[in-house]
Amino acid sequence: MVTKEVAIINDAGLHTRPAATIVRLAAGFKSNFMIYKDGLSINGKSIIGVMTLAAAKGSSLTLEFDGIDENEAMTTIIGYFERGFDEL
Amino acid sequence: MKETENFNIKSGIAAAPGLTIARAYIFSKEKEVVNDSFIVDPDEAIRDLEEALEKSRKELEKVLAVTIDILGKNRGLIFEAQIMILDDPFLIGNIKKRIAEEKRNPEFTVDTEFSKYQKIMARSEQPYMKERILDIEDIKNRIIKNIRKKKWVSRLSNDIIVISEFLTPADTVLFLKNNVQGYVTNSGGLTSHAAILARSLNIPAVVGLHNATTIIKNDDLIILDGSHGQVIINPDQNTLEKYNKKITRLQAYGEDLKKLRDEPAITLDGRHVKLMANLDLNKEFHFITENGAEGIGLVRTEQIFQGDDTFPGEEVQTAAYRKLAEMTYPNRVIIRAFDVGGDKMLPVDLKEPNPFLGWRGIRFLLDNPGLLKTQTRAVLRAAVFSNIYFMIPMVSSFREIIAFKSIVNECENELRNEGKEFYEGIKLGIMIEVPSAAVMAKEFAAEVNFVSIGTNDLIQYLLAVDRGNDIISDQYQEFHPSVVRSLAHIIKEAKSNEQSFVSICGEMAADPLAVPLLVGLGLDSLSVSASAIPNIKKIIRSLKYSETIELASKCLECKREKEIRDEMRRFFMEKFPDIFEELFST
Repeated sequence: MVTKEVAIINDAGLHTRPAATIVRLAAGFKSNFMIYKDGLSINGKSIIGVMTLAAAKGSSLTLEFDGIDENEAMTTIIGYFERGFDEL
Repeated sequence: MKETENFNIKSGIAAAPGLTIARAYIFSKEKEVVNDSFIVDPDEAIRDLEEALEKSRKELEKVLAVTIDILGKNRGLIFEAQIMILDDPFLIGNIKKRIAEEKRNPEFTVDTEFSKYQKIMARSEQPYMKERILDIEDIKNRIIKNIRKKKWVSRLSNDIIVISEFLTPADTVLFLKNNVQGYVTNSGGLTSHAAILARSLNIPAVVGLHNATTIIKNDDLIILDGSHGQVIINPDQNTLEKYNKKITRLQAYGEDLKKLRDEPAITLDGRHVKLMANLDLNKEFHFITENGAEGIGLVRTEQIFQGDDTFPGEEVQTAAYRKLAEMTYPNRVIIRAFDVGGDKMLPVDLKEPNPFLGWRGIRFLLDNPGLLKTQTRAVLRAAVFSNIYFMIPMVSSFREIIAFKSIVNECENELRNEGKEFYEGIKLGIMIEVPSAAVMAKEFAAEVNFVSIGTNDLIQYLLAVDRGNDIISDQYQEFHPSVVRSLAHIIKEAKSNEQSFVSICGEMAADPLAVPLLVGLGLDSLSVSASAIPNIKKIIRSLKYSETIELASKCLECKREKEIRDEMRRFFMEKFPDIFEELFST
């Protein structure tokens, strides 16, 4: 199991488009993927769950990956966060 | 809203123009009522659920396809997300597990499981979460309806006027296949989803009618006048005949006007006034060509990307602007930088005590240089056809023009260094819609290639009248002598710089009565909504420029608005009684 904290850096925050992209990316991996924020734990492969997260610019979330391809999954998804959801 | 003497005539907000007569269909937005009854056969319940999910997917795919086709990819995003929800392994897995374990009916299980998420969303202070809760409600009700196998839409007859409390984007699009003739809603304003969609789809709509769903019954015959915001319920024979005649007349007149489509707007004595269209939604583009506009005089960029919950990136913007330039070529496209604030939604949740005097237009852009630079780079890169013009809104001081020009310069240098293709000679302009800019028109215009007068804001700032305020809305006088004199001043001053091109955009320009005066004041161009163009073109082609100059000088002498209106009316009735008859007789 690997965990990492990431920050939201794009202006619009975690809106519908990045939420959908995160879920699509996560679906490509076998590992379980959880997102923790403000006491909520959300399954990162669940679109309705990710849409529930109100994450504005500047907020941070903890991502947790668990499974045989956890490192690849983490690299891919963390990369998407670090690119500001390709909206910078 | 005003109630007229006649009991069956109701007035609301004129949200989308047009006149139509059809039967009412009351679209009930009642929440699906669910009970928590137990079931005997969980396997059957899970099969019902799966069928409902499949049916919902098919419906949403249709909605998505229609939306993308008509309104563009961005506006489809919300339906894509709804389709993804139907596939959500965690959500659907939980629902199935609970049905098997708890043995409650599937509607109940769907309702409670979705509501969990809605409750979490309701705790958030993010403004967009409210909208998102409604989106979740929409998909939840769709699944529940489909579990109950209610095929209500397919039972609908065609050619209906949809009457509803409110309409979501999905509802609005859904009724298209029933050849919907009009929309009437209890709530909503000019900027509600239903209103914006109806306008872009060219379907008449009246919104904000408060009690429409209680006073109108299914199958009532409705006259819907979207141009005047009126709804007539079960009209008597005389009224019906009158309106039928009016529709026929409008159609014939419209056909007649179509013949002018490819003709320029030139007066009898040879003055060419460029007649351009305003663009709010990409979908409107074909109306612009159909109606024979000479280019696009105002692209409201904050509107065309409004389906997004964020400002689009450089590539998305470049592609969108390039497409517009390509389609409009060789005519020009005037792109206005994002105009947010005032009555237009800010991307941040900010409450200003006085938004119209606050952080809007170029003020907001200069404080968010990243946003302005992204847009400027996109415009420069899209301008390779050299027919793109770029202007900024809400200019009130010289400093802002200089700051804007230096940003354009900076972007040009960046693009040059990056080796990206862009257009070096872009024409820059400003909107004149603040009195300070009107006073300084000469000096401001000398810094740019063109100016565009935004009358909606100019009038409200000049007269200090908020036209949204019912108490004083009668004092919002479009033809107040000070307005006409300001226009004359701006045009004269701006044109003292030889190369200046002066156009006007705002509702005033779409008023047929005002056209002779505006031409006479010396404007080079009028930019109006596409549907107003054929009419105005006909008027301009019937005018003599020399006579409009006389009209303008008479109006510049007046002290009262009424005198100016009388002058305009008299001119119109004398010069073209036939057009007057068509447009103003009831």
